[in-house]
Amino acid sequence: MTKQWLIIRPKVLPISFHLDRRVPLVLLILTLVTLLAMIISVGYGEYPISPLDVVKTLLGLPTANGDYAFIINTLRLPRTITAFLVGVGLAIAGTITQGITRNPLAAPSIIGVNAGATLAAVTLLILLPNTPVSLLPFAAFGGALIVSLLIYLLAWQGGSSPVRLILVGIGFSLIAGALTDIMITFGEINTVSQALVWLAGSVYGRSWSQVFSLIPWIIIFSAIALLLTRELNTLNLGDEVARGLGSQVEWQRGLLLLTAVALAGSSVATAGAVGFVGLMSPHLGRQLVGASHEGLLPVSAMLGGMLVVIADLLGRVLFAPLELPCGIITAAIGAPYFVYLLISQRK
Amino acid sequence: MNRSKNNISSSFSVSSSPRPPVSPSPSHRLEAKQLTLGYDSTTIVRNLNLGIPTGKTTVLVGANGCGKSTLLRGLAKLLKPKSGNVYLDGKDISKLKAKTVARKLGMLPQSPTAPEGLTVKDLVAMGRYPYQSWIQQWSKEDELKVAEALEITTMTELADRALDSLSGGQRQRAWIAMVLAQDTDILLLDEPTTFLDLSHQVELLDLLDELQETKQKTIVMILHDLNLSCRYADYLVAVQQGKVYATGTPEQVMTEETVRDVFNLECRIVSDPLANTPMCIPIGRKVTKRQED
Repeated sequence: MTKQWLIIRPKVLPISFHLDRRVPLVLLILTLVTLLAMIISVGYGEYPISPLDVVKTLLGLPTANGDYAFIINTLRLPRTITAFLVGVGLAIAGTITQGITRNPLAAPSIIGVNAGATLAAVTLLILLPNTPVSLLPFAAFGGALIVSLLIYLLAWQGGSSPVRLILVGIGFSLIAGALTDIMITFGEINTVSQALVWLAGSVYGRSWSQVFSLIPWIIIFSAIALLLTRELNTLNLGDEVARGLGSQVEWQRGLLLLTAVALAGSSVATAGAVGFVGLMSPHLGRQLVGASHEGLLPVSAMLGGMLVVIADLLGRVLFAPLELPCGIITAAIGAPYFVYLLISQRK
Repeated sequence: MNRSKNNISSSFSVSSSPRPPVSPSPSHRLEAKQLTLGYDSTTIVRNLNLGIPTGKTTVLVGANGCGKSTLLRGLAKLLKPKSGNVYLDGKDISKLKAKTVARKLGMLPQSPTAPEGLTVKDLVAMGRYPYQSWIQQWSKEDELKVAEALEITTMTELADRALDSLSGGQRQRAWIAMVLAQDTDILLLDEPTTFLDLSHQVELLDLLDELQETKQKTIVMILHDLNLSCRYADYLVAVQQGKVYATGTPEQVMTEETVRDVFNLECRIVSDPLANTPMCIPIGRKVTKRQED
């Protein structure tokens, strides 16, 4: 009966886990594909570098051209790593959101992260055009946190409920979206175009300083998410069943929501609104390793990272020398996928 | 027809007036005292006293909206009492840790839904939640209890199937298996037979009956079918407008008077030709019309 489970239960340590048997292989393949896409992505550009030279440079081996190290390490690598981290953050946030709302069509935007971040960033860009761009992520993260908390508090009625969370979330996202539109309408044309680029979701020109400010968020909150996978499993059965199993539903849901906001908020703050990654990754993950979150969460995270890395690469390759923001590519893939999901959900 | 069963024995009160509190007794591991339950400003269960006989099957019956589901939720610690208490092994359940309660008492709500694509064994494994920690997520005992629960419910062969690909009866057995994996002495089930056809209802009730007998489980469930209730229950609790109308063996509780007061239905009580338990035959317009003709 446990044919499909991989059981880790060492004799010497008081630990035990079980995973879907497919998880290690799927994770390995996804990691290899992601690495491959990253190498190609780093090599691609106005100044092409062969994949072999990319690998050599990354490993610190000498290459034919001394400029490679500068181009790769300083200019191109941070961009690709940012893309990967943003994808991981959005995918985990999406998996959590779908789990706690018990809605397979939910995405981090439903808990107001995107709308809040966007509103804050656009407001800053338009009302105070002289603020340095480096402050943008902080404003975006603050906006995401405030709107998400407001949604959670307003949805609270002697307890939180997934349905109220979704409804209040949609309402608030629309209000924030309307305010963003007002800002854009009354803003000055130059700052507006700057805001619109940011809104499309792009990892263009991201540097190491942005990677280093994003990394702690992703590492810490991914770890928390991994520790909470069992809670996510029980919440996914509905509040009544979860309570019956002894889960402290409100506390766990609050903690998970905060984790999702931190992951999605920091991702959106770094790269703007890269859409549909949080929606698609958990679905693809479920098809690969099933619905149990112990395996689903890491697989979905890798899928998210892979998606954004590939989207960024495609955005540069498809209409070269014109460059499309990766958010447009994820939307172009994600929107039809969403429609497909809607249709298959009806059955 | 011998209708001597009609008399309710003196140990159970039939009057709807408040009865004296049930004194704590070792045969009641789960009991409610002066329990008042409700949602927001509406009160649904008022000053209710009830002891659940340990190691027996107790069935709650009553009209729609009489508060039997609310009562079950209160007993399972899913609903905080407005006043009064529920005691589990003599301790106030609201002061016990959620996981401690979940190791003694399992609750299956009415028609639960599982996420898409979840397999039977994933679901049943979640029944082990109250025994697990961050580092101990799958002990040898977890594995054994899950295998046993699948075995008892004859779901072993379907363990790798997705829940949404199963029939109603199989799905319900999977949920029962999850609660069994929880390994509790007390099981609370809210209408476990909803949406099942008659043969699957009987199959499920037989399974629960066997469990109660072989494992001495205490089972409390809500059923809608009065005749099946009488057959499978050791004790019946008739609930009327948030109060206990009558408790006792099916023979003591299931009377024409009870059915009239609790369900607002005229009926005849006859003896089940197979089990000798009471059977309720409703008198509807169809019969009265024919008698008048």
